[in-house]
Amino acid sequence: MDQNLLFTLITAGVVGAAAGYLGSVMVLRRLALAGDVLSHVALPGIGIALIYELNPFLMAFVFLFAASWAIWLLEKRTNLPTDAIIGILFVASLAVGVMIIPELEELGEALFGDISKIDFFDSVLAVLLSALVFVIGSKIYKGLVLGTISEDLAIANGVKLRKINLLFMILVAAVVALGVKVVGTLLMGALIIVSGTAAKNLSRSITRYASLSTIFGLVSAPAGLMIARTYELPPGPMIILVGIGIFLLSLFARK
Amino acid sequence: MQSETILKVENLNVAFDGNKILEDLSFEVKKGEIMAVIGPNGAGKTVLFRALLGLVPYSGEVSWQEGIRVGYVPQRFIVERHMPLSVREFLSYKDGKNKISEVLKWVGFHTQDEHHLIHHLLKQPLGVLSGGELQKVLIAFALLGNPKVLLFDEPTTGIDIGGEETIYNLLKKLRDEHELTIIFISHDIHVVYQYANNVLCLNKEKICFGPPHQALNTEELKKLYGTEVGIYEHKH
Repeated sequence: MDQNLLFTLITAGVVGAAAGYLGSVMVLRRLALAGDVLSHVALPGIGIALIYELNPFLMAFVFLFAASWAIWLLEKRTNLPTDAIIGILFVASLAVGVMIIPELEELGEALFGDISKIDFFDSVLAVLLSALVFVIGSKIYKGLVLGTISEDLAIANGVKLRKINLLFMILVAAVVALGVKVVGTLLMGALIIVSGTAAKNLSRSITRYASLSTIFGLVSAPAGLMIARTYELPPGPMIILVGIGIFLLSLFARK
Repeated sequence: MQSETILKVENLNVAFDGNKILEDLSFEVKKGEIMAVIGPNGAGKTVLFRALLGLVPYSGEVSWQEGIRVGYVPQRFIVERHMPLSVREFLSYKDGKNKISEVLKWVGFHTQDEHHLIHHLLKQPLGVLSGGELQKVLIAFALLGNPKVLLFDEPTTGIDIGGEETIYNLLKKLRDEHELTIIFISHDIHVVYQYANNVLCLNKEKICFGPPHQALNTEELKKLYGTEVGIYEHKH
C-alpha cells in the first residue's frame, strides 16, 4: 500500500473515532448544533495560518480553544444563553475568516479539508491527540453524564462540573482542529454529531452508546475516504455521507 | 429518642447578588429524627439544603457530626426517555457495585420473583422508569454511599411507589431499619404531622421550629404562607 495513503487512513480513522467518542457526549447534552457551529470558529485561525505560513492545525486549535474559553467565561459572567453566545462567535468567525482567507481555492480547502495533504507529522499528531482524548475523556465521562441528568446531583456527589466542562471543551477544540484537514471546518461538526446520533438510536446503555459512537466514527472516515478515492470524489463530503448512511440504517434498527 | 446531635446550624445566612435568601437561621437535628422543612415557593428551602451540603457560599455555622456521611436526593427531575443510560450504570456511578441489589430491596423493589425483577430493572434505561420507580432509584443512589443522614428535596406526595406504600412510609422504614436521620423538604403540611418529629418553617428566616403539634398553629402558618391556611389533620 502507498505509504501516504496509509497515513491518511490512520489519521481519518483516529480522528473519526475521537470525534465519535466526544460526539456521544455532545448529542447527550443536546449540544449537537452547538458542536457543529463551534467548528467554524477555526476558520479565521486557518486564514491567519495561510497568510503567515503557519501550521493550520495549531492556529485552528488556538482559535477554537480561545472560543471555548470565551464561551465558558461569558456563560459564567453573563446570563446569556449558551447557544446565543456560540451563535455570535460563529458568525463573527465566519465573516472574519472569509475576509482574510486570500484565495478562493484556499477557502475551499479550509471549508472542506484536503486530506491528500496529510503527512507523517500530521498522522503522529492525530494519533497522540486522539489517544489523549480517550484517556482524559474516559476520566470525565461519568461526571459529564451525571451532569447531563442533574447538575445538582452531580455537584452534590463531588463532580467538579465547571472544571470538567472546560476540559471537555478543550478536547472538542483539539479534535475539531485535527479534523479541519480531514473534512474541513464546514463538515467537521457533522463528523462529531452524526456518529453519536446514530449510536443513540441503537443503545439502551451508556457503554454500548459510547462504543458504537466511537466505532461509527472509526469506520465511516476511512470508508468514505476509500470510496472517494475509488470514484474520484471529494473525500470530506464522502466521509460525512457514509456517516449519514449509517445514521439512516440506524433509524430502521431503532430500539 | 437518643439525644446525640447530628447537625447544628447557627446564624446561617445565604445571599446571592446582595439578595438575602436565608437570614439568621439556627436549628439542631438529633440522631434518628425525621425533620421536615416547610415553606412557600421561594422560601429558600432548596438553598438551605445546598448550604448544608456546602454547595453554596454562606456565613454562619453549619456543623455536622464529625465524619458523618450525608446522602442527598435532589428534587425529582425528568430524564429524557431515550437517554442511553441503564439503571445499573447509573447506580454503579456511585460505587458499591455489589450492594446494588441489596439497596434496591431496601427501597422496596421486591415482589414474589425478586431476582427477576431486580435484574430486569437494572437493564432498563433510566428514562423509561415511572415517577415512583425513579424516585426509589434516586434514594437507592443516595443510600449506596452508606449515609447516616438523608437530605430529601420534596418527596412527591401521591406518587405511586407500589402497593399501599407511600414515599413517607418508606422514609420512616429506612429510618427505623438503617438508623438514618432524615431531613426532608415538603410543600404539604399534612404529611408533616404524620411523619416528622420536628418541623422547621422557613420563609427566608425561621418562622417556627419544634414538634409539629407545638410549632404549627394558625398564626405561624399565616406568617409563613401569608394567607389563612386551615389545618385539617388526618387521624388514622
